[in-house]
Amino acid sequence: MDLELLVTIFPQVLLDGILLGFMYALIALGYTMVYGVLEFINFAHSEIFIVGAFVGVEILLGLKSAGLLETIPWLPVLLLVLVAGMAASGLLAVSIERIAYRPLRHAPRLIPLISAIGVSFFLQDAIRLFESIWRNAFNLVYPTLDVLNRRYDLTSTIDIPLKSVVVIAAALLMLWALWALVNRTKIGTAIRAVAEDQAAASLMGINVNRIISLTFLIGGAMGGAAGVLFGVQYSLINPYTGFIPGLKAFTAAVLGGIGNIPGAMVGGLVLGLLEAFAASYLSLLTGGAFGAEYKDIFAFSVLILILIFRPKGLLGEVVRERA
Amino acid sequence: MTHAAASIALLALGGAAVWIYPRSILAFLVFQGALLAIYVSRVPWWLRAALLAFGLLVMMPVIGGRNGYYLEVATQVCIFAALALGLNIVVGLAGLLDLGYVAFFAVGAYTWAILGSPHGNVIFGGGFPLPAWMFYLFLLVGLLVAAITGVLLGLPVLRLRGDYLAIVTLGFGEVIRVLANNLDKPINITNGPKGLTPISRPPLPYFVEYNQGFYFLVLLIVVVVILVNRRLEDSHIGRAWEAMREDELAAQAMGVPLVRSKLLAFACGASFAGVMGVVFSAKQIFINPESFTFLESIGVLAMVILGGMGSIPGAVVGATVVTVLNIQVLKGLSLWLNELKNAGTTILGYNLANLPTQLEPAKYERMVFGIILVVMMIVRPQGLFPARRRQRELAHLGEGTPPAAPPA
Repeated sequence: MDLELLVTIFPQVLLDGILLGFMYALIALGYTMVYGVLEFINFAHSEIFIVGAFVGVEILLGLKSAGLLETIPWLPVLLLVLVAGMAASGLLAVSIERIAYRPLRHAPRLIPLISAIGVSFFLQDAIRLFESIWRNAFNLVYPTLDVLNRRYDLTSTIDIPLKSVVVIAAALLMLWALWALVNRTKIGTAIRAVAEDQAAASLMGINVNRIISLTFLIGGAMGGAAGVLFGVQYSLINPYTGFIPGLKAFTAAVLGGIGNIPGAMVGGLVLGLLEAFAASYLSLLTGGAFGAEYKDIFAFSVLILILIFRPKGLLGEVVRERA
Repeated sequence: MTHAAASIALLALGGAAVWIYPRSILAFLVFQGALLAIYVSRVPWWLRAALLAFGLLVMMPVIGGRNGYYLEVATQVCIFAALALGLNIVVGLAGLLDLGYVAFFAVGAYTWAILGSPHGNVIFGGGFPLPAWMFYLFLLVGLLVAAITGVLLGLPVLRLRGDYLAIVTLGFGEVIRVLANNLDKPINITNGPKGLTPISRPPLPYFVEYNQGFYFLVLLIVVVVILVNRRLEDSHIGRAWEAMREDELAAQAMGVPLVRSKLLAFACGASFAGVMGVVFSAKQIFINPESFTFLESIGVLAMVILGGMGSIPGAVVGATVVTVLNIQVLKGLSLWLNELKNAGTTILGYNLANLPTQLEPAKYERMVFGIILVVMMIVRPQGLFPARRRQRELAHLGEGTPPAAPPA
């Protein structure tokens, strides 16, 4: 075993893990917020996430073909793409809830979950259909902004590209904004009230349906932002890309305690780090017998272990059994 | 008597249609529709049984002699019907949403694929492939291996609540696929993405043509599976499953051992998939991890839901509809679209030759599954052929009756 190599790559792996972790955290928020309010796994969230990425790439490609990508400074471009992705994903999430979940709100538990799986599958192919007609290709590549690939030396051995800094900064900013919204505003109080007890909340004059829509809007917007950042960071996307990150983000949400907003952030970071280290170190530690291809198995094993030993997650509170 | 005459006429019409137009998908759909119509018609049960048996045992092989692809379709329908019946036990009866069901199918398939192909030599030294007759033994082995896998998965996760269980089974399905994809090193067990081939096919009596014989074999297995399902449904354990599905706490209070019942449901469902996996690998001669993706799990789930959760005829009809849609109707549409494109046909002033090359209806099965799932959940959650008990239970949905009290 090459101990020296392990030490040398450590900071780089740490950085990758943090990046991945913030990505998961942003996606996990969508799962966790919806779960907190409706006790329902929004399986279509992974597609809501990837729609954000596709809206982003379409805008960037549009700007590029108009020749504007080089002339406008990068920050406004990035902000525009981010806002557009968030708006699209948020509205999509709200419409999905309206069409596919709301009629089923009082049905047995598994019924809305199956409906959500259906929405997820439908959206994957709907994106593919759209891009096939529009561009005759559905594997798209984010146009590179040269500035974002500029690298900054942290020490003599590791450097960090600007885009990673941007991704981390944007993620932190949004997580903070969400935290403030939920804990410091009247709307946030209403959201928490609905999560606690829908009937009581509606007796207190809260429009429950509107709050549920709002929850989908916020969760979807976070997912959309994550989609754009995902595209900027990893550049290659297709309609089916969202599925695995979505699943991992759900794992992250469970890891942190589903329904729990800080939990989603912690869970995302932990899972991202675990995965980055698994991907780089597994092959080194086992002498090449098991490589990075096992990182998905690693993530799911973590999920199963947590559900066995701490079913309410790392930060989850113990809730009594609901009949 | 008119019903009887109409049924016979319909079956004759379907058969004749396929005989005259052996390449028309519509004709084959008419034939299938005739079988379905006979099943739901109000003729005496013995006539119904006789007609169905005649249609499946005599007409289908003859049709298959006319156009071999139809026999392939029928065989695949049978395989998926057995899978849907297995998943029906887990999801429909016991109410445990299993999103990784195809993993058990894969376990069965790989069991026979490794030992029934020369690849066994790579792992165990010489002596492989096993003689082809061992296939029949391996139907049992596949059943056992899959059932054990089901129990192993069930043990740690069955204490979880419904939707967590769904995600964990999904993860499990992915784990099995990733393993199948990557276990070509350090020891080459599954040969990775390249897959395994040639897998031995079972010896069949000489007096039938091979594909027809295989069809009969699969049909026989499906009939056995249906019988087992019917016996299970009203057995002690079947009732326990349904009680558990309706209300776990109440069932537990009535003395249903939850974990044991759940494990049994998992093992039963898995064992059907295991048997069919063995059959599938022998039919295909070649398997690789591509056949065992999440898409397949959802496909089987769509079959169960389309037919009606907990309903045996529903699972069979659902399997037929989804399979035919997938491997016939969508493929047919793709071919048709391609022909129009190559001919440069113009529709409403739009030249189809300009159609994007990526547009192929056969590639959009997810969309079809998705629409089936959502629409069925909203419009008809009890499915096309609902189980009687389930029908009553879901009757209040959609009639605007006040919902039950919100969860405390």
